[in-house]
Amino acid sequence: MAEAEQVKVLRFWASPWSFRVELALKLKGVPHEKVEEDLANKSPLLLASNPIHKKIPVLLHNGKAIPESLIILEYIDETWTDNPILPKAPHERGMARFWSRFIDDKCVGACWMSCWTEGETQQMFMEQARACLRILDDELGGRRFFGGESIGLVDISASFFALWLGVLQEVAGISLINGDEFPNLCRWIEGFVASDVVTECLPPRDKLLAVFQSKKQAILATKSMVY
Amino acid sequence: MAEVKLLGKWPCPYVLRARVALQLKKVEYEYLEEELGGKSELLLKSNPVHKKIPVLIHRGRPLCESLIIVQYIDEAWLAAPSLLPASAHDRAFHRFWAAYFDDKLSPLLTRLRNGERGRANEEAAEGVKLLEEAFVRLSEGKGFFGGDEIGYLDITIGCHLGWIRVTERLMGFKLIEEAKVPGLAGWAERFCAHEAVQGIMPETEKLMEIFQLAQIHMKRSKR
Repeated sequence: MAEAEQVKVLRFWASPWSFRVELALKLKGVPHEKVEEDLANKSPLLLASNPIHKKIPVLLHNGKAIPESLIILEYIDETWTDNPILPKAPHERGMARFWSRFIDDKCVGACWMSCWTEGETQQMFMEQARACLRILDDELGGRRFFGGESIGLVDISASFFALWLGVLQEVAGISLINGDEFPNLCRWIEGFVASDVVTECLPPRDKLLAVFQSKKQAILATKSMVY
Repeated sequence: MAEVKLLGKWPCPYVLRARVALQLKKVEYEYLEEELGGKSELLLKSNPVHKKIPVLIHRGRPLCESLIIVQYIDEAWLAAPSLLPASAHDRAFHRFWAAYFDDKLSPLLTRLRNGERGRANEEAAEGVKLLEEAFVRLSEGKGFFGGDEIGYLDITIGCHLGWIRVTERLMGFKLIEEAKVPGLAGWAERFCAHEAVQGIMPETEKLMEIFQLAQIHMKRSKR
């Protein structure tokens, strides 16, 4: 075995972005240390490891820092090659990257803003969110996972919808994701959260609900995700 | 039917990224110029989600988003040069700075072109300084972010040089100035002079014309 590797994740327990990184490491069987950050009082290590954005997650591998969750996921896949999370063929790899970016650039933001706005603005965001969810639902189709038979990059990227969206819509009192409109996605959510590896990494729903409820007023005022 | 097609618009820096990558890999392709202000049936069919160029169609299968296309070109045509570096850590670095450019600097350049000043100027200067540091670190004394040859990050930023020059003219202020960012200044000249870039990079004058026409059109449609 190679010299002991040091793998740390600078993370926040409630963050869907650091969840992605921990899930990928777990899927690959990579032992790692979780370093919990207080986002109101960021550690010198975090500020030194991600001086540009100052955000979690950051992966520290033998002292080298890699920030940004999607970039970390590709790094993890390239460094620990068991149980690949990206497909082999170039076109399929391109499509996996495309859907992950679609989730991050369009879907999550629309879902988030749907929860924290009101009136016509909220209607606009909810329409955008539904359009995104419809596209994802169609893309998934009858497959068990976006990655086919096993969890892949897109599934990991979509984990926000598996737990966080349900919690947020409950706190906000709206309904976005539902089995009638998005049957494939809802089936995917059930299968995803039931997977052993995912269950081990997911934060407890009741704790997440409590923290978002307690932060509701602050989020309504700023609209910002506190990660 | 050409095995490789690229749908694009000549002023678009994102399209240029795909073209430079194909040129570097010496891939023969059919370039299909979309009408400015329009979207063809083929575009709408190939990129139904975003309806945007560039779209690369290889053996009938479309792929969208410029940086995803560049990575695809690197992975589908394995002949030298490699566009992404060999080590996973260096690859992460290239991807990080590419995302920084697209998410932070490119929108800032648009704001500057549209007349924003003050804090925007300072942010631009800070951003360029960070790129200079990244260049010094990643190039390791060689000519490009990718080392001896143009790579992923060179393509990401370099293909915007035409529009960066348009922004500089509109601001009356040089963003990439030799006295302040000597590494980037030298790199910019080398990039534009590279055989894979020359001949396909649009002239700054033509980009200025297009920009001014677009501004007039925008003002008219607001009345």
